[in-house]
Amino acid sequence: MDCVGLCDVLAQAGWDRGLAQFLSLFVGVILVSGLPLVTVIFLIWVERKVAARIQDRLGPNRVGPFGLLQTFADLIKLLIKEDITPAAADRLLYNAAPILSFASVVLIWAVVPFTPYHIGTDLEIGALYFVAVASLGTLAVMTAGWASNNKYALLGAFRVVALLVSYEIPLVFALIVPVLLAGSMSMMDIVHAQAGMWFVFMAPLAMVLFFVSSQAETGRAPFDLIEAESELVAGFNIEYSGMKFGMFFAAEFLHVFTNGILLAVLFFGGWQGPLANEPLIAFVWLGIKGSLLYFVSLWMRNTLPRLRIDQVMRFNWFFLVPLSIVQLLVIAGLVMILKEIGLVPLNAQGHIDLASASFLSMLPMTLVLFFANVLIALPVVQWLRENGRKLRERDEQRTRRAIAANAAGAVGD
Amino acid sequence: MLELNFVTVAFFVFSLITLGGGWGVVTNKNLFRGTIWLMVSLFGVAGLFLTLSAPFLAAVQILVYIGAIAILFTFAVMLTRSLTNLRERYYRTWVNVLGAGALFLLLVLGVIAPVWIANPDRALPVSDQVVRTVDFGVALASGEGFVLPFEVASLLLTAAMIGAIVIARDADEA
Repeated sequence: MDCVGLCDVLAQAGWDRGLAQFLSLFVGVILVSGLPLVTVIFLIWVERKVAARIQDRLGPNRVGPFGLLQTFADLIKLLIKEDITPAAADRLLYNAAPILSFASVVLIWAVVPFTPYHIGTDLEIGALYFVAVASLGTLAVMTAGWASNNKYALLGAFRVVALLVSYEIPLVFALIVPVLLAGSMSMMDIVHAQAGMWFVFMAPLAMVLFFVSSQAETGRAPFDLIEAESELVAGFNIEYSGMKFGMFFAAEFLHVFTNGILLAVLFFGGWQGPLANEPLIAFVWLGIKGSLLYFVSLWMRNTLPRLRIDQVMRFNWFFLVPLSIVQLLVIAGLVMILKEIGLVPLNAQGHIDLASASFLSMLPMTLVLFFANVLIALPVVQWLRENGRKLRERDEQRTRRAIAANAAGAVGD
Repeated sequence: MLELNFVTVAFFVFSLITLGGGWGVVTNKNLFRGTIWLMVSLFGVAGLFLTLSAPFLAAVQILVYIGAIAILFTFAVMLTRSLTNLRERYYRTWVNVLGAGALFLLLVLGVIAPVWIANPDRALPVSDQVVRTVDFGVALASGEGFVLPFEVASLLLTAAMIGAIVIARDADEA
């Protein structure tokens, strides 16, 4: 293992090399896991403010300037609240679930490339690691639902697991596209491969699919039937109070932002941008892109109504999954054909290599892939419109018939 | 002999997690907790894959076994009649002990025997080459590699999936 950065400084100062290595790794771990923890405090404020503005309210504005300290007040409230464990609950699992839930989100940050030089760990299998870690969240929800020993909690947990397991499929199929284009599963390589051209221009459909299915993974509207307040009281976390509830809450908020960052890394060039050689500027680029995508997700959450469980399932299995398979096959096939024609930048071994390619050398390939995506999208959008119209007409007919039946009943009486 | 470095420590920690999880599975009277212990055990196996520098297998282990199969286990467990405080026991202890002992012996022999009866003339030197995930992928997808078994396995899985759908469907649903 090489010794750079803090490790190098400590080794120069006469520390033991092994100890210096350990210390620098330790500091790195604390920084990478601490950053999301601090971020989430402000995210909760941002989310409440944005939601308020969209709904024509003011949002938190009493504690501190612009209500900035509201979250701290909430945090203190959660911390000093009584910590209740239901008598019939499975104590061990009940307490382990919130920790697992939060950990599954924080662990994702280990593979997020912040700048060209700073990343928790540049795993060879970064993209796969993200999917594997995110699947632990499912387990946390299931454990929480069962351990609470409450029927609403269990029903909520069943819904979540059905939702998460189904939406993982289009998510992974969309994730394969950047991996395929970069020729690597490492997050750092994926960002480097977007130096000339962001992947969103080559695979806009994959971007949309990733966005929609990650929105579902976080359990946000229109997919918030997990905690549908009006039907399930609060869903899987109904029995949780105090900071244990706070951990589920923070995990959810952080997950949304994490998905924004991941979307930026996978499709919008991550830290790429003018002057990205400077670590601080690169970090700001990633922050800007991630925040904009995060805003879109908040926007959706606050404008769309909740779907029913059968609608959510139909939407996934009859629409997202087939579409994601088709777009993956089309892109993979086209990349193969373009490779034969010679429009794809290759390295010496004949593998796809976009990291050192310029904007111009990637342009033909991008155009072809983009038009292929548009060709898939056009009939799909048309089909969606017709399907929507049909469903609406059926509902209207049903309403009209019900009104007519009511009127007839009233007359007959 | 045994060198005490990071990898050795990691090996023992993950072995402990794996075996401890297994112990939890067979001794727990609560079926749901049993499945959780099973996940702990599988997690330990993923760690062992990491110490063998096979990160791909480790991630797949977590994704497939913990993320999918064990979750299905929890569903199946919740459908059983009594979840907690199982009192029924399997009484044929001697058969179990003998069977487990024989299996363990076979395993130990299988691992240790090659060391004792190895033919030094035919031994291959330990390779320095680290096999990366890319090599694994190439081996699965290239014509000279294992593309045929790979495709046969995927065909089998697809057939199994279609079969599951057919069985799960209601008869009147055509």
